[in-house]
Amino acid sequence: MFGEYSLGELGSILVMQGFAGLILFSVFLLMALGLAIIFGQMGVINMAHGEFMILGAYMTYLCSHLFEAYLPSLYGGYFFAAMIIAFLAAGALGLLVEWALVRRLYARPLDTLLATWGLSLIMQQAFRSTFGAREVGVELPQWMMGSLNVTGSIEVQINGLFVMGLTLLITAAVAVLLFKSKWGLQVRAVVANRTMSGAVGIDTRRIDRLTFGLGCGIAGVAGSAFTMIGSTGPTAGQLYIVDTFLVVVFGGAQSLLGTVASALSISQSQSALEFFLTGSMAKVLTLLMVIGLLMLRPQGLFVLKVRR
Amino acid sequence: MISPDKTNEGARKMFEVCNLSAAYGQSEVLHGIDIAVAPGEIVALVGRNGMGKSTLMKSLIGIMPARTGQIAVDGVDVTPLATHQRVARGLAYVPQGRQIFGTMTVKENIETGLVVRGKRAIPQEIYQLFPILAEFAKRRGGNLSGGQQQQLAIARALASEPKVLLLDEPTEGIQPSIIKDIARLLREIRNIRNLCIVVCEQVLSFVLDVADRIIVMEGGRIVHTDTREHVDEAAIARFLAV
Repeated sequence: MFGEYSLGELGSILVMQGFAGLILFSVFLLMALGLAIIFGQMGVINMAHGEFMILGAYMTYLCSHLFEAYLPSLYGGYFFAAMIIAFLAAGALGLLVEWALVRRLYARPLDTLLATWGLSLIMQQAFRSTFGAREVGVELPQWMMGSLNVTGSIEVQINGLFVMGLTLLITAAVAVLLFKSKWGLQVRAVVANRTMSGAVGIDTRRIDRLTFGLGCGIAGVAGSAFTMIGSTGPTAGQLYIVDTFLVVVFGGAQSLLGTVASALSISQSQSALEFFLTGSMAKVLTLLMVIGLLMLRPQGLFVLKVRR
Repeated sequence: MISPDKTNEGARKMFEVCNLSAAYGQSEVLHGIDIAVAPGEIVALVGRNGMGKSTLMKSLIGIMPARTGQIAVDGVDVTPLATHQRVARGLAYVPQGRQIFGTMTVKENIETGLVVRGKRAIPQEIYQLFPILAEFAKRRGGNLSGGQQQQLAIARALASEPKVLLLDEPTEGIQPSIIKDIARLLREIRNIRNLCIVVCEQVLSFVLDVADRIIVMEGGRIVHTDTREHVDEAAIARFLAV
């Protein structure tokens, strides 16, 4: 399969596919961050996480239209407002869902799986009823379009760079929150030992709700970023939830660094293989690789070593 | 409602337990426990394995629901409250097996106890009581030795500024020389803070070292109570014999 390319061309292909992989990595990572902190803390697998992302994408779509209609002079900056709105909308819905649904099902993993899957179907239909079944595209402001020519055969897209910068920023913010803030201290205590956290005075229910809201909010921001690489449709979230969950399990659910590393390796192999093989074969190979590694390291890539 | 304890009649009660019973499913394991503790008093609960000591501790802190009865801290009924709310009212718990947060540093472990008081800085007093914890502040809790972990668990409980400190088998898995230190430490804490300490224990020498009053449990009931001065060592030892 490599035969028809020259060495220089192969290099350029690898670099550009690598770059495409980095954009995919950004969306994976933003999705996985939310899923991982929710799963890590509460043991809840949020099957509707993809729909929270798509909610963020639709918010971005709405925002671009609102700016176009009412604030055309500020159109160049609509994306920043859209991200904040996406975060708030998805986060608020997350808080509501936690209060109404998830907190009643703690310690019943199969039931939460089913309930959040049901929620994802409801959300999909709600999107379909509100925005229509057809996929919508979001127009980018002028300054985000186009690409930079690095060499004659290598070019990188500006919006891709923007998404990556955003991902770095959010990952860093989550890391700081987890390791420096009072909320993070409590989250890590609950992850380590839920019963004992209550017995040292941590309101575990409140922390659960905040974590769920934050995780969903980050998914909303992921949705904003997603509008740059894919078109937004009611069921687009489903395509990502499986991959994202793979990232979380592969990385080790309690390690931020593991999540980053596994999102990187999965998205890169996916994107590089996709160019030379078909999309399905790329997926098969990625899955095989993940299964193989998980057989060797069932606890995920990174695990803290302490006495038990 | 609250029945006066004969040995402490007249004294103000900081911690009162009245007719407490608890059950695992249908099988009741605590049958109407009454305990009253004065401020600055150290009470030891002794008894063989399976006599309900740990269950009593768990239902006092709220990890296990009580079936009947009342628990009051400084006159406030905490029975209907969740665990973290009981901590806010002045209960603190050092569990069996210590259960510190292994992946977090020593400093962070202590900070978890501060959350309920809305504080962030660890009081100097805690590091003075446990100098080893100041030295190892940046180490992960899970990498400390058993005795150090026990100190950490006590420090974490003290961080929430309790009025009543509950300890479940603090000497379990700890070498004899350190057991003496822990007894001294508990008395020192009591002297500094004038709090009630309720400790359940099987090591008789530790109990005699630390307690002002000894309560013997058997089959989920209190079967014998004595103050330190009047204690009949042989009688207690008989209760502990298998």
